[in-house]
Amino acid sequence: MKDVRVLIVDDEEPARALLREILSREPGVTIVGEAENGFAAVRAASETSPDIAFLDIEMPKLTGFEVAELLAPEVAVVFVTAYDRYAVQAFEIHAVDYVLKPFRPDRLREALAHARARRAADVRGDVVAIAAAARPKGTWADRVVVRDGPRVHVIAVDRIDALEAQDDYVAVVSAGKKFLKPQTLSSLAATLDPARFLRVHRSYVIQLDRLEQIELYARNSHVAILAGGLKVPVSRDGHARLKAILDAR
Amino acid sequence: MHPILARPGRLVPYLAATAPLAAVLVAILGRSGGLPLGEAAALAIPMTILFAFLGLSAWYPVKSAPAAAGRLGRLVLTHAIASAVTSAVWVFLGGALARLIALVPALSDLPARYTAEVPVLFGAGFLLYLLSVALHYVLLEFEAARDAERRESALEILARQAELEALKAQIQPHFLFNSLNSISALVGSDPARAREMCVSLADFLRQTLSVGERRGIPLRDEIALAMRYLDVERVRFGRRLTVETAASAEAESVVIPPLLLQPLVENAVVHGIATLTEGGIVRLEAERTGHRLRIVIENPYDPDAPARPRSGLGLRIVRDRLFALYGSDALFAARRLDGRHLAILSIPLRAAS
Repeated sequence: MKDVRVLIVDDEEPARALLREILSREPGVTIVGEAENGFAAVRAASETSPDIAFLDIEMPKLTGFEVAELLAPEVAVVFVTAYDRYAVQAFEIHAVDYVLKPFRPDRLREALAHARARRAADVRGDVVAIAAAARPKGTWADRVVVRDGPRVHVIAVDRIDALEAQDDYVAVVSAGKKFLKPQTLSSLAATLDPARFLRVHRSYVIQLDRLEQIELYARNSHVAILAGGLKVPVSRDGHARLKAILDAR
Repeated sequence: MHPILARPGRLVPYLAATAPLAAVLVAILGRSGGLPLGEAAALAIPMTILFAFLGLSAWYPVKSAPAAAGRLGRLVLTHAIASAVTSAVWVFLGGALARLIALVPALSDLPARYTAEVPVLFGAGFLLYLLSVALHYVLLEFEAARDAERRESALEILARQAELEALKAQIQPHFLFNSLNSISALVGSDPARAREMCVSLADFLRQTLSVGERRGIPLRDEIALAMRYLDVERVRFGRRLTVETAASAEAESVVIPPLLLQPLVENAVVHGIATLTEGGIVRLEAERTGHRLRIVIENPYDPDAPARPRSGLGLRIVRDRLFALYGSDALFAARRLDGRHLAILSIPLRAAS
């Protein structure tokens, strides 16, 4: 049987050393890379295509959740973290693999065996939903991360004009550029503050303070014109929702 | 309810305290009224006990017209009327008592003699009642002072509890678990360093617990504690964490509330150094100028880093404590400038209240 390929991601050298020490003694395991921050992790993953990634959560550049979101869907993820009440709750809810620091070698081996035995998609769960559940109640994403090959774009929520559904992707529109993210429009929109973002069409979500004017486009159909000139179609239902909000202001 | 009547135990000493009054009354009736001692006593003792109870009624006007709140003229009028009425009632009841005693044939001229003494008795009753008013004011003030003292000590206990809670919260579980994980890692690869880190961690915890019990510590000790903490973090972060301190000798001997800087130093690591792949320098400066101590903690941070949970908690703890200890006399500011974070605080040199 082929060796399982493992990527270790943690910003603390002793923590990486511990994972390395235990995993390197496991039969049938090859450590293909180590990374000490989120960007490096995404780059290492795209270069080494691991089967399993052990991810710390609090790291420079990107959190472990964001890294998991950007990894190819066939990579199984095991979160390794010290103490985070919200994260642990989220892991429990979604039945994803996690290991709490400090840990016994057996606990890590168990997580490894588990990750090898199951399909990657079952091990990692819905990362976006987990990250949302790990956030304290009433708080929303303040940024969106998009992968472009080995590179990562970090887009502050403040700079997003609109989201557009495109087949299996969402285009995040910011300052005239579009960033494609393999996700559904609904699941991405669910992470954003509903007081700021509104679905105006089956395929479009806009940031409300970008709205400059609404024009009648055809019978029963409008178009929203956003700051910077972007035009977004508005459905009949979307128009009703938009009007309700604007009238309430 | 009247404080003396409210507790039966107080009634006996109170009545005993009126014994001199009975003696004075016997003297008045005996000397100016020419009553024989026995008759004077037979009349004076019940009248004294009667007055003891009538006098207690002064509590109610005193309570409804506190000396501090009322206008003086009105206050005097209120108590003068109360005195006159009470004294008149007392003298009238005394007369009734005299007539009752006159039923004994040998004492049949007592009411006539009593009548002759009415003006003196009325005057005495009037003055005694005013004395009772004055004593009641003293009693009221005394009770108020004791209440205030009780409230103040309750407040102090609350403030102390809040402070201890804040101090306890400062030992971050995240920090502990990560440190234990580092030790766990080093045990295999570098046992000597693992042992070293155990000792650093123990030193830090021991010092945190011991200074937490004190009201103030010299800045020197607070900086030493921060260094123990940074020793532990340096094992985790390696070359990413560098520390610089610049504190003058006179600044170092200033006494400050314990663990005041600790949350700021932790913030510098958790929200600063930990967000940077290449790390940076945590710099602590302290100087004494005039009657104030100024401390600046500076660290680089990544403005684009993902927000970490619990951010802002440390700053809030520091701000709340400074306000509780110094009121508006302490200054505290957190500034972000070109990728550097500055926490600046300035406190007066006086001992924290």
